[in-house]
Amino acid sequence: MAIWVDERTKVVVQGLTGKEGQFHAAKCREYGTKIVAGVTPGKGGQAVDGVPVFDTVVEARRATGCNASLIFVPPMLAADAILEAADAGIELIVCISEGIPARDEVLVKRALAGSPSRLIGPNCPGIISPGKAKLGIMPAHIHRPGPVGVVSRSGTLTYEAVGQLTGLGLGQSTCVGIGGDPVPGTSFIDVLDAFNRDPQTEGVVMIGEIGGSAEEEAAAFVKANVKKPVVAFIAGQTAPPGRRMGHAGAIISGGKGTAKEKMEALAAAGIHVVATPAEIGITMARAMGRG
Amino acid sequence: MKVHEYQAKQILAGHGVAIPCGRLATTPAEARQIAEELGGPVVVKAQVHAGGRGKAGGVKLARSPQEAEAVAAAILGMKLVSRQTGPEGKIVRKVLVEEGVEIARELYVGVVLDRAVGLPVMMASKFGGMEIEEVAAAHPEAILKEHFDPVLGLHPFQARKLGFALELAGDTLKQFQRLVIALAKAYNESDASLAEINPLLITGAGAVMALDAKMTFDDNALTRQPAIAAMRDLDEEDPYEVEASKYDLNYIKLDGNIGCMVNGAGLAMATMDIIKHHGGNPANFLDVGGGASQERVEAAFRILLSDPAVKAVLINIFGGIVRCDMLAAGVVAAARNLAVKVPIVARLEGTNVDEGRRILAESGLAIQPADSMADAAAKVVAAAR
Repeated sequence: MAIWVDERTKVVVQGLTGKEGQFHAAKCREYGTKIVAGVTPGKGGQAVDGVPVFDTVVEARRATGCNASLIFVPPMLAADAILEAADAGIELIVCISEGIPARDEVLVKRALAGSPSRLIGPNCPGIISPGKAKLGIMPAHIHRPGPVGVVSRSGTLTYEAVGQLTGLGLGQSTCVGIGGDPVPGTSFIDVLDAFNRDPQTEGVVMIGEIGGSAEEEAAAFVKANVKKPVVAFIAGQTAPPGRRMGHAGAIISGGKGTAKEKMEALAAAGIHVVATPAEIGITMARAMGRG
Repeated sequence: MKVHEYQAKQILAGHGVAIPCGRLATTPAEARQIAEELGGPVVVKAQVHAGGRGKAGGVKLARSPQEAEAVAAAILGMKLVSRQTGPEGKIVRKVLVEEGVEIARELYVGVVLDRAVGLPVMMASKFGGMEIEEVAAAHPEAILKEHFDPVLGLHPFQARKLGFALELAGDTLKQFQRLVIALAKAYNESDASLAEINPLLITGAGAVMALDAKMTFDDNALTRQPAIAAMRDLDEEDPYEVEASKYDLNYIKLDGNIGCMVNGAGLAMATMDIIKHHGGNPANFLDVGGGASQERVEAAFRILLSDPAVKAVLINIFGGIVRCDMLAAGVVAAARNLAVKVPIVARLEGTNVDEGRRILAESGLAIQPADSMADAAAKVVAAAR
């Protein structure tokens, strides 16, 4: 099993002809992901590393049957690219682009409400089901197939957690980076719900950070619905209020969104909350009875 | 990005929000001249990027042009210390001179993005002059909320709902309705992250206007908002942070003594956390980003070392797409070029980690290797003592 992406996923890369798109699409292909098409307006008919390029997503879908999109376009064009993918009926849209205006994200969320498309990101490392498919920029070699689901607002901090899990012999079912922006397409709850239903996933690592209330909402969801063990870490326990800590969404505003509030809400929901990132792997192993 | 009150008022007025007559002054003589033009009593207001100016002595009433000049002379150049500036305070370089207006009621209106809902929300309360966070804590039921779509804007019926709940009537209600719709429009069209009028004034004659205004803007949208980007005031920002922004580095100065250089925002925050957990104090947040080239690594090093408080440096890199060997080479070159004197602890993990560790070990530089985040934190905390 695993969630949302596997060996059947057929991917169109929007922005394939750009430097980043080309580089990461090649890495995803090396991993075994089926990259079947690229889209760059005005470059239809060309090919990149043997992958055909189309002018529009809908043409790419007709020609190749792609059902997922991986987006590497500049931030000011990203909202349009997401809407184009959704319009073409792409089921899973993974947007890596960083720096998208919050207002564009609000409009995208409104436009996708009620649509069958799922957006992951933006401003995220993507999604990987180890051994099956990788749609993103994460280093493939640190992952192993296995029973732990990972969901995170961060990039490199997720690699840190995955590295610890793999080092302890705990592979991963799927790792989802939901991104560090204020209005993400996919929430912690969406991913937790999918992991809860996924037979391969036996435990979940959740990595949050300061800002917003997504972790508190996730805590309530876990308390009501999830029986599998969940380990959580919240980054930014020492972050000063009112400052944007790198990610657009990582800001304590009006005294709200602190790490302390989030850690308390998660602990009250029966989640194993760790104080430092160094304890993520070992705590998961113990919670699954493998420590 | 933050702007001054006078700039926020300019933007709001451009969208139809009523504001008091007034102008910016940078000298006492200018303040006097503006007061003469306005006639009658004026208010002289310090323009700094911080709230709590009134209590800090940065807002004064003047009954004559002479008094306006004297008051402006006292405020200009003062170090304004409020709860929001921190103990170091802010130097006042500009004042806003505005007509004095008669106050019958003070209300609050403001727009922020409600992240839980994914829409902007117009908030209103009858507790004008109080910070909205204080109102939320003391009288949560007193905050009225109307969510709206950025394209459609705030509907007139929503504005009326707020106005009736605030017990407004007649022409005052109509003016209020126009003002909050204009405020929502200003928020949307300028890519703001906050647009707040506090207090919103009802005059004795029943007129509605913005007595104070605060706006902040989405940094991600500044390239399509050139007029707003041009309002950036570098005097109000930390000089280290201004320097870092030239290299696209995410740097935030803190008050500890352990300099941090990390790739990725989440990992950078987590690194600060683990330093604190081991009894140390981070001197900064610094995310060198995914594509950390030698030039950026060197710039990052230079900036964090220019803070005299830094007694030790922790480098924490999880190489994904960035290879550890490339990064190690960048660190070695930067450390040599800058003749680094403070102890450095480096923790590298991920792609090509063995080669990266070898480069550091053979560099001849006193770089202490660490093999995990916990090990790195313990070592750097000891080194900083």
